[in-house]
Amino acid sequence: MVDSIVSAASVIAAAIAVGFAGLGPGIGQGNAAGQAVEGIARQPEAEGKIRGTLLLSLAFMESLTIYGLVVALSVLFANPFVG
Amino acid sequence: MDTFLLSKIEVGSHLYINFSESLHLHGETVIVSSLVVLVLSLFLVLGTRDLKKIPGTLQNFLEVVYELVKSIALTQMGPSYYSQFLPFVATIFLFVLGSNLSGALIPWKLIEIPSGELAAPTNDINTTACLAILTSIAYFSAGFKIKGIGYFARYIKPAPFFLPINIVEDFTKPLSLNFRLFGNVVADELTVTVICSLVPLIIPLPIMMLGLFASSLQALIFATLAAAYIGEVIE
Repeated sequence: MVDSIVSAASVIAAAIAVGFAGLGPGIGQGNAAGQAVEGIARQPEAEGKIRGTLLLSLAFMESLTIYGLVVALSVLFANPFVG
Repeated sequence: MDTFLLSKIEVGSHLYINFSESLHLHGETVIVSSLVVLVLSLFLVLGTRDLKKIPGTLQNFLEVVYELVKSIALTQMGPSYYSQFLPFVATIFLFVLGSNLSGALIPWKLIEIPSGELAAPTNDINTTACLAILTSIAYFSAGFKIKGIGYFARYIKPAPFFLPINIVEDFTKPLSLNFRLFGNVVADELTVTVICSLVPLIIPLPIMMLGLFASSLQALIFATLAAAYIGEVIE
């Protein structure tokens, strides 16, 4: 009985973790991409440099989402509270 | 439908190689990572065995790789110190890149092993943890080597009450490196697997391309961060 409640709570927790972890980095990546497009429009000759920096910083923001995913995965597959 | 799947979700099952009660290896990780190391060394030795003024295909390719890792190290550490730490950064970059690509490009499911499944070594958290701890050791020893005992002055900068934050940072750096690489590789494999189990044909291809791109980018980021951490302590 306790185990089933824990499993249900874990599934909900995993969903919330992934959902909210996607929220912030999504906004941040949107901002960064928008600014990069603005920069390219203003200065088309700097496109290569802007693209490289943008990709690197997007990957950094992506890693925040990944932290949420790691928490969700560990709650789903390697739950410390069950058994 | 099972015949279509070249990989499947298996969590927590490994091919254990036992040495004693408490000491065991994850066999599939060791096998694939030694294979990656072997292939990489073969590639590098063959490419640089006889260097020519006018490079052939392989030497040309390796020169591009060298320019890339050199630019990573140079921009993070500056011209006077980068050459000492270039081998470390290059090794990290090539190993992570090789491991990530080996998981995506080779159909490991065709090779049966008793338990677990052959996959990219970086989707085992032990591999990424090892790489992250190596990076920690590298920047500690770099700081000691170049600054001596004055290295510890870094902990009370910019003000003495930053001491706890600076100490905690030493633990969060390897932790975040570790989870970033592990999470990205596992997320990529999970996405491909889930989409493969829904629609096995054509639809997963763009996701696989994205995965290839993302895993090469992760290798670049791991190397850049390792170089940046070293550069931070020796500047």
